[in-house]
Order: sequence, then C-alpha cells, then structure tokens
Amino acid sequence: MVLLFIISIISFFIVTLTPGSPYPWGELNPKISAEVKANFRKKFHLDRPLHEQYAFIMRDLFSGNLRSIKDDRPVMSRILERLPATVALNLTSIVISLSFGTLLGVFAARYSGHWQDAAGSFIAFLFIALPGFWITYVVVITLVKGFGVPILGTHSYGIDFPNALASGLDTLWHLLLPATILALGGIASQSRYLRATMIESLREDYIRTVRSKGLSEDVILYKHALRNSIRPIIAGIGMVLPALIGGAVVIETIFAYPGMGRLGYEAVLERDYPMLVALNFVVAALVLLGNLISDLLSAAVDPRVRLE
Amino acid sequence: MQGTQPLTETPTSRVLRRFWANPVAIPSLTIILFLTLIAGGIVLLSATGHDWPCNPNQTNLELKLLPPSPQHWMGTDNLGRDVLSRMLHGASISLTVGLVAVAVSLGIGITVGAIAGYFGGITDQILMRAVDALLCFPTFFLILTVVALLGPSLLNIVIVIGLVSWTGTARLVRTEFLTLRETEYVKSARVLGQKAWHIITRHILPNAAAPILVTAVLGIPDAILQEAGLSFLGFGVQPPQATWGNIIADGKTYLLDAWWLNLFPGLAILIASLSFYLAGDALRESAESRS
Repeated sequence: MVLLFIISIISFFIVTLTPGSPYPWGELNPKISAEVKANFRKKFHLDRPLHEQYAFIMRDLFSGNLRSIKDDRPVMSRILERLPATVALNLTSIVISLSFGTLLGVFAARYSGHWQDAAGSFIAFLFIALPGFWITYVVVITLVKGFGVPILGTHSYGIDFPNALASGLDTLWHLLLPATILALGGIASQSRYLRATMIESLREDYIRTVRSKGLSEDVILYKHALRNSIRPIIAGIGMVLPALIGGAVVIETIFAYPGMGRLGYEAVLERDYPMLVALNFVVAALVLLGNLISDLLSAAVDPRVRLE
Repeated sequence: MQGTQPLTETPTSRVLRRFWANPVAIPSLTIILFLTLIAGGIVLLSATGHDWPCNPNQTNLELKLLPPSPQHWMGTDNLGRDVLSRMLHGASISLTVGLVAVAVSLGIGITVGAIAGYFGGITDQILMRAVDALLCFPTFFLILTVVALLGPSLLNIVIVIGLVSWTGTARLVRTEFLTLRETEYVKSARVLGQKAWHIITRHILPNAAAPILVTAVLGIPDAILQEAGLSFLGFGVQPPQATWGNIIADGKTYLLDAWWLNLFPGLAILIASLSFYLAGDALRESAESRS
C-alpha cells in the first residue's frame, strides 16, 4: 500500500512537473476565448495548486470519475478496454520466455565449459542486443508485403470464420508473433540466470547421489537439478513485467496491437495527463500483482518457501 | 592457481589475466575500440570542417535511394544523403548516449547504494522503498513520457535514461556495502575513528569496484538500445542529426525498395550492443569466480 502511494506520487509529479500544455488546442490559439480556457482549466482542476491537483486526480481515480483530457471519456474504462489484450500478450510472452529460457539455460549448464555453452551464451546475448523495433519491422513487412500474411491487430479483418475454432486460431496467431518478439529479451536473461544457478546445483551432493543411482542425464537435469534452481527465476517474474510492458510500447505500435503500451504512446502524443498518471498507476499495480503471483508460484514450486 | 603465476599477483592483475584469456574479450574490445575511434575521428574531422566521406546532411534529390555503390558504400536515403556518413555520425551519438547515461546512473546508483548500505537502518529502509517503487515503473514507457514532455534533445535523453536506470546499480552497491561493512579492515578503520566519507571512498568502494564496473559496461548497450527505440518512435535525438535509430525510422517506409536503409543501422546497433554485452559478461566472469 505504501508502495502504491509512493508510486502514485512519483507518476503524478513526473507527468505534471514537465513543461508543456495539456490543452487539446494550442496554448496560443487566438480563436479560443479566455473564458473557454478558464472553464477548461477549472474542469480539470488545472487552476489549483499542485498538491490539490494530486488530491483531485487520486479521488477521481478511485471513484472512477477521472476523465481523459483528450476525449472526455473516463480513463479507467479506456484502460480496461485495453487490459485483456495487454494481459494476453504479456502472459503469452512470459510463457514463451520461461519455456525457451529454461531449455536454453539447461542446455548451457549441461555443456558448461564446452562450445555448446559458449554458443548458448552468444545466442542469449544476441537476443538481448537485437533492437526489437528493427527486427519487428523487418518481420512485419516481409510477412505482410512479401507473403500477404495478415498479422496486424488482434485478428484478421474482413474474413468470416466458419467456426469459433478457426477464429480462435486466428487470434492466437496474431498474438503469437508479437509475444515471441517481446519474449526474446526474457529468454536471454532467464537462460543466463538459470545457467548460473543450474551449474551451482549440479555441484551438489544430491546430484552425485542420483547420478550414482544410474538415472538418465535428462531426469537428473530436468527433475532434480532444475527443481532446485528455478525458484529465483519464478520469483523474478514479477520484476520482468515493467520491462515487458515498456518494451511492448514499440512492438504494439508496430503491430497495431490494441494494448496498454500503445494507449500510453498515444497519451504521450496527446499530453493527456490524467491518462498518463492512471496508466503508470495501473501498470505499477499490475507489477505488484505480478510480484504477489510469483511469490505464490515459488511457494508452490519450492516447499522450503513459507508464506506468512 | 597455476605454478607459473607469481605469488604476489594482485586482484586486479588476476582479473585482467582471466579477462584476456576469455575468447570473446579481444574481438569485442576490438569492435568497441574501433567504434570509439570512428566516432572520435568523425567528430574531430567535422569540427575542423572536413566531411568524410560526405556531409551527412547534404541532400541531393537526384541521388535519392541509390543502392550501395563505390561512391556511396551504404547507398543513399530518400533525400539523397549518404548513408555511410550518417552511420558514422550516428556512432558518435550512440556512444555518447551510452557513456553519459551510464555515468549519470552510476553517480546516482553508487551514492544511493553506498548511503543505504553503509548506514543501514531507517535510511536504508526509506531509500530501498523508493528503489522498489521505481522498479515498478515500465522503464521504457517512463523514459518516453518524460522525453516527450520535456522535448527530445540529446541532453534530455541521456539524463532521463540515466535517471531511470540507476536502481539496479543502487541495489548492487548496497549489497556489496552490507557485506564489506562487516569486514575486519572496515571495522578497524572505524575503531581508528576515521570519518564515514573516508571509509566509504577509501576502504569500501575500491573493493566493490569490479561488480560496479561490470554493471557499467552492461548498462552502456541498454542505453544505446533505448535511445535507438526512442529515435525510432520519433522521440530520440532530433533530425537532421543522424542517429542509428532515426536512419531506420526514416527508412522504414522504403523497406522493400531500399533494404540498405534498414540493414546497416540495424546491424550497427546489434553489433555495438552485442560487443558491450559480451565484454561486460567476460569481465563479470573473470571478476566473479575465485579459481
């Protein structure tokens, strides 16, 4: 709660203290009378001192009355519209990065010190160093213009699907590509972490014990060593969210994907203060929720973790 | 320890020896050095009034969208500007952004981390809460918001990237300080009555130098990639100043007709950040393990 309070203060002041005018018309437009300007300022409490503005914004945020300066619609309903798409995109991306990150990390740890390990590390760093917007653009243009495959938005337009399954698959396809590109960085960092913890685990006595029992290498790696190494990764999922949602700004913009990242980008362009404050707040709240979930998950994976 | 090693090897020379033994160290450092020389050289050249190979902002519509040729090694863009010249000037922007942003974030991160780790208690609690709060923000979105509202300029961009990326350094420095604070030599320095400032800068900080250096090196490509992303969205360093990000952004309309507008800057960003990541990782490995 304290954290949410600090977050709300930071997001409010970052947005309001920066220069620039939030008026939908230009500051100096001569056709707008002083009266209209005053009414506008009054409506959005822009005539009050900063701390009162903050109080108004917070009150409106929690009572659901906070309105976007741009189109006068309630901010919360606009964010909630975008929420399912964002959650779907980020969840898919987390699932992809966890599964491929695990595979790559275990692979590197199994061959630690050999050339396969070096190759694995190189691939991981390649994924982080790849400028997301660049690779996205190349993929999108090649697929759309070169092969005529529809990938923008959440589903194909102008096509009547015979049944729910086909339409579902279509939505899934539109989700998969941006999620994969978004996941590249996560795959890399998770595989690096996992490699380090796996190498530690593989030196432990219990690994020698299971190895002497004659179990196969796969069972040793995935059943015994992985279980003891994956907890830091799962505990870190919540911390991955800010990077994901931030990175999604660019990718959602290119894919025309209606998520919160693109909403934020549009709000920045329109200098929509209430929207920006609310968005930062909602994202931070999502991150806290993600932390909670990853704590619960790590307790489920590792019985040594006790929830209090 | 190998028999040929001198018994008096200092920690620094041990880290360096292990670093040079890493197969990625020399290639990645060579690339970094090469980029630095190019960037420095091109800035010096244009400061003295020479343009090589061309003026990066010289437009010539008769020469627009030419593919790579002996005259224009990387082709020309939609305004007939020489892409190679723009790439070279972009290199200096990318390196500046990387170095300055990291300097800003190191400055804040070390200060906050050192204070929190050395004094502990309530100071530590408050500072770390603030760090936790900042960590909840989507970094790139935060940068985008502030840069867009402040107006995009090179100075604003590096300061904002630095301001939002110090949290990792602060956490790391704090952990190092918490451990080092309990060592015998710090305790004896305290018993001798030395000032906190003296103990922090002379006794603790030098011993935490290796992990700090590693985060610094790994922070440079992060900043380069963030600036490129901002440029791509139109909030980076503003045209006509060439940056790798805005060459891609300008060229995206012509992707199918002019592949060179995308390929070269994209590869440049990729190779530059990859070299920094690999060098940083090699440094981390040689500083970390004790064998």
